[in-house]
Amino acid sequence: MRELPPVFQNWISNRGWSLHPHQIAMLNSAELPANLLIAPTGGGKTLAGFLPSLVEITENSHVGLHTLYISPLKALAADIKRNLKNPVTEMGLPIRIDDRTGDTSYTKKRQQRADPPHILLTTPESLALMLSYEDCARTFAGLQRVIIDEIHALAESKRGDQLMLCVSRLQALCPKIRRVGLSATVEDPEAMARYLAQAPSLSPIQYADPGPDPNISMLQTETAPPWSGGGAAYAIPEVLEQVRQHKTTLIFHNTRAQAEIFFHNLWMVNTEGLPIGIHHGSLDRAQRDKVEAAMVAGHLRAIVCTGSLDLGIDWGDVDLVIQIGAPKNVKRLVQRIGRANHQFNAPSKAILVPANRFEIIECVAALEAVKDKELDGNPRGPGPLDVLTQHILIRATSGPFNADHLFQEIKTVGAYQSITRQEFDTCLEYCATGGYALKRYDQWRRLKQNADGQWHLRDPRSAQNIRMNIGTIQDTDTLKVKLRGGRGSKILGEVEEAFAATLIKGDTFLIGGEIVRYEGLRDVVVEVSRDAKKKPKIATFSGSKFSTSTQLSHRILRMFEARNWDMLPNHTQKWLQLQAEMSKLPTSQNLLLETFEHDGRHHLCLYGFAGRNALQTLGLLLTHRMEKADLHPMGFVATDYALLIWGLDPISDPAALMSPDGLREGLDTWLAGNAVMKRTFRTTAIIACLIERNTTSSRKSGRQTLFSSDILYDTLRKYDPDHLLLSITKTEALRGLVDFGRIEEMLTRTRGRITHVETSGITPLSAPLFLEVGKIPIKGAAEDRLLLEAANAVLSKTGHEK
Amino acid sequence: MRFSPRRDMKNDLEAASDHHGHAQHMNGYSFRFGDTQLTALPSGALYWPGAKILCVSDLHLGKSERVARLGGPLVPPYESQETLLKLKTDIDKTAPNTVICLGDSFDDALAASKLGPQEMASVSNLQNGREWIWIEGNHDPGPVGFSGITQSTLNRQELNFCHIGTVAPQQEISGHYHPKKTITLKGRRITRPCFLISNSRIIMPAYGTYTGGLNSDNPAFIPLFDTPPKIILTGRTAIYLNS
Repeated sequence: MRELPPVFQNWISNRGWSLHPHQIAMLNSAELPANLLIAPTGGGKTLAGFLPSLVEITENSHVGLHTLYISPLKALAADIKRNLKNPVTEMGLPIRIDDRTGDTSYTKKRQQRADPPHILLTTPESLALMLSYEDCARTFAGLQRVIIDEIHALAESKRGDQLMLCVSRLQALCPKIRRVGLSATVEDPEAMARYLAQAPSLSPIQYADPGPDPNISMLQTETAPPWSGGGAAYAIPEVLEQVRQHKTTLIFHNTRAQAEIFFHNLWMVNTEGLPIGIHHGSLDRAQRDKVEAAMVAGHLRAIVCTGSLDLGIDWGDVDLVIQIGAPKNVKRLVQRIGRANHQFNAPSKAILVPANRFEIIECVAALEAVKDKELDGNPRGPGPLDVLTQHILIRATSGPFNADHLFQEIKTVGAYQSITRQEFDTCLEYCATGGYALKRYDQWRRLKQNADGQWHLRDPRSAQNIRMNIGTIQDTDTLKVKLRGGRGSKILGEVEEAFAATLIKGDTFLIGGEIVRYEGLRDVVVEVSRDAKKKPKIATFSGSKFSTSTQLSHRILRMFEARNWDMLPNHTQKWLQLQAEMSKLPTSQNLLLETFEHDGRHHLCLYGFAGRNALQTLGLLLTHRMEKADLHPMGFVATDYALLIWGLDPISDPAALMSPDGLREGLDTWLAGNAVMKRTFRTTAIIACLIERNTTSSRKSGRQTLFSSDILYDTLRKYDPDHLLLSITKTEALRGLVDFGRIEEMLTRTRGRITHVETSGITPLSAPLFLEVGKIPIKGAAEDRLLLEAANAVLSKTGHEK
Repeated sequence: MRFSPRRDMKNDLEAASDHHGHAQHMNGYSFRFGDTQLTALPSGALYWPGAKILCVSDLHLGKSERVARLGGPLVPPYESQETLLKLKTDIDKTAPNTVICLGDSFDDALAASKLGPQEMASVSNLQNGREWIWIEGNHDPGPVGFSGITQSTLNRQELNFCHIGTVAPQQEISGHYHPKKTITLKGRRITRPCFLISNSRIIMPAYGTYTGGLNSDNPAFIPLFDTPPKIILTGRTAIYLNS
């Protein structure tokens, strides 16, 4: 074993501590060019990651930046800074530690670039920004180690792709840096090891003791959950009772709106005034800080939260995690459960609370999956090219570059190791000229080549624009919410622009646990006043919407088939029995379709179990085909398990609608024109810096973006259908919002075996869909008809032709 | 001098299509502005059948080029082509003797000279055989380098044309604000560029492809109208909002 310097040994033994085996292993293998540690939450990952740095800096009297620590959360960087400073101060080590995030002041950032600390704690976006400055080589000179925390969370997103591109840049600047990844338990450790290391190599993996199995169960309630919805308000009394019985409880929700409503309802019955806080990404930073500080100080008995607390901050006193709503994904559930009891060797305790009837089934399936240690996840596929174009622009912003060198650098990133020179050149061309088929003049060059072939920005004004738009986080446009009256009154949080647009004066909604009344929009701020009396209108500002994973969906279908429902509550068993009597139960081998008339409309219900995104796509495809067949579809709604379509005409042969060839063909021709593609294009266009979210002039005018992405999309499709951004959009949509892969999975699984049941009315399993929010109306002829019908009633028009 | 009530409109339309055979093919909306019969076309152009004048506002030709020139993003350089194609369609349908471009026809003073050869030729072809008037806008003050007459304002019969609406308008037609309107129908939000119309003022929607908009309830419009303006939505059909 590598000898720890005495000052460390004394410090550890004075506290009666000893190092965990994996911490020792990390110390012993500190010289590896890449090293991945997989440990459960609370496994002392952070110390394992930093110990070699602390030792090296102390022993070698290192000058300049030694270790760069990157975490997905700003809060985590700040927290680690606190946690590291304690031992460093207590041991009297000559080590400077600082953090740098979007919240860091401009002056301090400049200072850090000129005179960096030994250990700098930052986020992927801040790192990308640092790499965009011309002096970045000096800032990072002498860098030895790069620690990527919560690498499992980053690896699932474009933030992670951008991060690894940045790390490749760092490696080019400082060839000797060693990479360290700290990961929670994942389904495919080897993929993570490949992700961390310089391609094509694979990083060795250190495993920590996974600890005992969690103690996890489903909440038993007096009242049965409702048929639909996600609020789980019915369970409030029992949840409050659990809070009472535990020291500290984290109450996780899948969306911010649900967290808000739950928090509000919880306080309505919290007569004894248990200290309970709320924490989610739409709340103002200052408010989140307050809640986090109260939590650290042990002042809170519970926090109602969202994914914003999935990661990071180590709160040793949490002894219960409650998950409201189906967990959708077993891996995330396991990671959330790990938030309870951050002490090694004590089982984490978690309770699942289904929000509606169907989620009972999903929760039971998830419990079994946890028991069987079956984690879910899908490989991510090759690195997205929109992120690459942004990387090229950032590279250009930091100074002239050689395309061959950059290409070689990029190929050392796992996700991009198979990229062809042609793909790279297309991206470079896009950055340089926009990549349009039409050849343009000199002013159409964003990048130009020097006499020696080096690429550089044509106009230095571009640099600031690019820097202001660095990042891949897919934010919806949000507006700040502020209490009216008085100068500098406090920001309560943010709501989505689309939600704000639906508000009229007097409407009430929840934010930060308060009911507020909408007063008006001033500049780009939503002004509200406090409103104590009214019941709130629902806030639809949402967190991320996940689809139930393939693995979990299959488990549910297997439960239906096995007809072994003992673990389900009585009311749920009865529900399924009734469904079996009135219609049939879905199976994994057959695709169940139901048709019936209700409320004067003809309905088709399809139990695809392919996740919300895929079923939404299927909804769009099928209604498109129905429209062509003059079946006058009017709308549809999709959940994770089923799709419900309604229209004016009966569907006599739904099986014909489902022909796979027709669907695939339809996908290609139809896909291009639909709203999902436009949304995906918007994201891609923002990442590829085609649309700038932040510009110097937009700050003045308050306009969100200069160009409507929908119009840019339509124009490109018409005049330049082979453009790079359109092909990226298609790739992204197919694996993201469109999720056609899961439609394919469904078609393969059922192989044309379609069971069509015609019933006299709504069936038990289809009933919840009628209550589902998020119904999607059909665009096209149906919309025109609607509009014209409405026009006849409320409007008048004079067009003669239809 | 009143804006036509709904009942008359049908008559207006019939009259319009009887006398000017084009209107009925255009899904336009005919209305009386003072004593003048006008048709709002679904494209956002305004046609005056009595004088055979077609009026369009805020083409913003060359916008993508200007943004690129200033070091901004390289957005698809096809919007001028698209805008001119739309204008050609309207010209083909109405066969006007006169076209009035109501200002901000070009995104800046340089943009006209930086248009591609194809767009240059398109403009010339459209101008061929008819009177063409460029009203100056804040983006394109002064001559634009194409043929046609450049003026800050224009008066034809009882109508007055200018880029930015004046304080006390008299039968005035202007542009500049890019008005649009959002309506919610059965839970669906539909946003369309629109005409804003009072007894004495018409504000035209922006005609150009890459032009954002200012919502019709924006405070900027308050000083321009004594009472809330009438609204005609553009789109596939020009739709008069009778609310």
